[in-house]
Amino acid sequence: MTPEMLSLSNSPLLFVVAMIVKILVVFGVTMGIVAYATYAERKIIGRMQTRLGPMETGWYGLLQPIADGIKLFFKEDIIPSEASKLPFILAPMMILVPALITMAVVPFGGDITIGQYIIPLQITDLNIGILFILAMAGLGIYGITLAGWASNSKYSLIGGIRSAAQMVSYELTAGLVIVAIFMMSETLSLRGIVAAQMEPLWGAASLPHWMHNWYIFSQPLAFVLFMFSGMAEVNRTPFDLPEAETELVSGFCTEYSSMKYAMFFMAEYANMIVIAAITSTLFLGGWDGPFYGPINFLIKVFGFMFFFIWVRATWPRVRYDQLMFMGWKIFLPLSLANIVVTAVAILALQ
Amino acid sequence: MAQTETMTINMGPQHPSTHGVLQLILELDGETVVSATPHIGFLHRGVEKLSEHRTYHQTIPLTDRLDYLAPMSNNLGYVLAVEKLLGITDQIPERAKVVRVLLTELTRIKSHLVWLATHALDIGAMTVFIYCFREREAIIDIYEKISGARMTSNYFRVGGLSADLPAGVTDDIRKFAEEMNSYVDEYEGLLTGNKIWQKRTQSVGKISAEDAIDIGLTGPALRGSGVDWDLRRDNPYSGYEDYDFEVPVREEGDTFARYQCRLIEMREAAKIILQALDKLEEGPILADCPKVCLPPKQDVVNTIEGLIHQFKIITEGFEAPEGEVYVGIEAPKGELGYYLVSDGSANPYRMKIRPPSFVNLQALPQMVEGALLADVIATIGTLDIVLGEIDR
Repeated sequence: MTPEMLSLSNSPLLFVVAMIVKILVVFGVTMGIVAYATYAERKIIGRMQTRLGPMETGWYGLLQPIADGIKLFFKEDIIPSEASKLPFILAPMMILVPALITMAVVPFGGDITIGQYIIPLQITDLNIGILFILAMAGLGIYGITLAGWASNSKYSLIGGIRSAAQMVSYELTAGLVIVAIFMMSETLSLRGIVAAQMEPLWGAASLPHWMHNWYIFSQPLAFVLFMFSGMAEVNRTPFDLPEAETELVSGFCTEYSSMKYAMFFMAEYANMIVIAAITSTLFLGGWDGPFYGPINFLIKVFGFMFFFIWVRATWPRVRYDQLMFMGWKIFLPLSLANIVVTAVAILALQ
Repeated sequence: MAQTETMTINMGPQHPSTHGVLQLILELDGETVVSATPHIGFLHRGVEKLSEHRTYHQTIPLTDRLDYLAPMSNNLGYVLAVEKLLGITDQIPERAKVVRVLLTELTRIKSHLVWLATHALDIGAMTVFIYCFREREAIIDIYEKISGARMTSNYFRVGGLSADLPAGVTDDIRKFAEEMNSYVDEYEGLLTGNKIWQKRTQSVGKISAEDAIDIGLTGPALRGSGVDWDLRRDNPYSGYEDYDFEVPVREEGDTFARYQCRLIEMREAAKIILQALDKLEEGPILADCPKVCLPPKQDVVNTIEGLIHQFKIITEGFEAPEGEVYVGIEAPKGELGYYLVSDGSANPYRMKIRPPSFVNLQALPQMVEGALLADVIATIGTLDIVLGEIDR
């Protein structure tokens, strides 16, 4: 007879310990990926451009992220005399923190059991997980806008304004795309969405049992829309207008130096991980897959990040008005149409 | 009603994509450009004035530093002008002429590669940048073998060349020219069909044929507006009439048209290089004008005439007859003209350079008016300016 499994709420002590361990692991892994994503980006783009990428620090340049970190840490921290000090200092944190907080609701594996207790591999399973993600993404905009405004530099200001406009437009699309997802899953909890994707594909029992109902199969348009909106939201090429180097010098972070600059950098990569993680969760079945849960999840995340890096090496940057055009006149109507079609299909199949 | 104001933004001279030390004062209404005023002169070195105090030969190294991306073209324009002044244009040996064409076409590819690299990088395609510089490196290696310098070649001389081509370098050039087409295919694969690239370049920086002629645009910037004008074909120099090549012309007058023109020019330049290599025959590389061209070293050591000529040319230079000449050549960026006035002494009385970038830059304010900030960058890129020759 199997013992009855208990949820962690029955043991406050174990709950606290498990929580702290999970938070530390997620934070550590995310920051580790952030550090080595810079390395991977330089290596991969280097290869694509017939270069080697970093080779000098450590074996094949493996210590490069650490060297970069140390270098930035010891740089002089300049605050322009005309800048608004408090927002100037707050801005980098306001970008980095929401990006990291978002990881709290992303499930990265199934349940594990210790003794008779079930521990879900997710920091917290909010029943409004998706709304939380959208809220945090919205908070991130403040950081960039503030950075652009507080620097008191024209280039930064243009960068900040661009990013505010860009993120607002694309968040709308991202939000509407997700509506179609939770119409199908009938839950806002990310864990619930992953669970819904573990059912047989399109509910057809005749298909092989390993084909799961990942939403990319039933929502391919939503997948594409969400991924590109995500790229636009985290300011990756081809949507890297806020920091468009060749136009705005460095956009909103022109005036930043030292660790504050490093925080913008970390935030960019953390946001990339977040978008990769959310897209995997919503469309590729999260931790579902042939290997152990967290490993499946990491593979998907890395796959997306490779894609982002690949795009950066290949595509030019779009122009501001074209970006707005795409957001409001192509992506938004498409995502609305997607909702309608999904709704009709769900009704028809019931 | 809320009041809105335009914002004046100072782009350059320290800006990553003004291609050197160009300063643009932009009046922006939001992201829309109300007016753009280029300010130049940050790189002024007084090349024209300096040349008045140097002998004709001593000016050649200065011309390298005008358009430093196409030094051989500058050399060629200058030596052609001096040769015309001296009236020895007909005496240039065949081999020297062919080598001049060969190397200026190689230079054209080199210059266009840097244009494409930086233009693409400005618009955000970073991989093309590295690819172009990879090929440019091969050309620079060839330069180094031929002239000893990677950028400032200082290779052509009044009357011919400073030295003969080193052994084996023609094989390098042939190999490169044969592969060039596939390299251009590679760039086109990354850019031409790319929707974003098309959107960023089509209808951007438009200029009509009439305006282009009024401003005095030359080179690909003019041909992109539908004016079929190329000095190599319409006013041949250095034996260009013997080569078979096409002059690409596009009607649209936008950045994409100029982009296509230049890409085809790269392919055509490779074609000319191959033809020149086939024409290349053994022979003298300097005209038989002992008062103008330095004698070979063994003559200097073994004969008294050689010694005297060498001494005279090195110490005093040669005297040019009184008069004035203008020679324009089709440099990679447009018509590069040298206007020389001689008072009969060993130094030019006045040298005026007509740099293509300087004239082409005049079109910028007109081309970017009403465009977006990002288009300014694309337009600077498509005009292919080099501040070295704008400021001289």
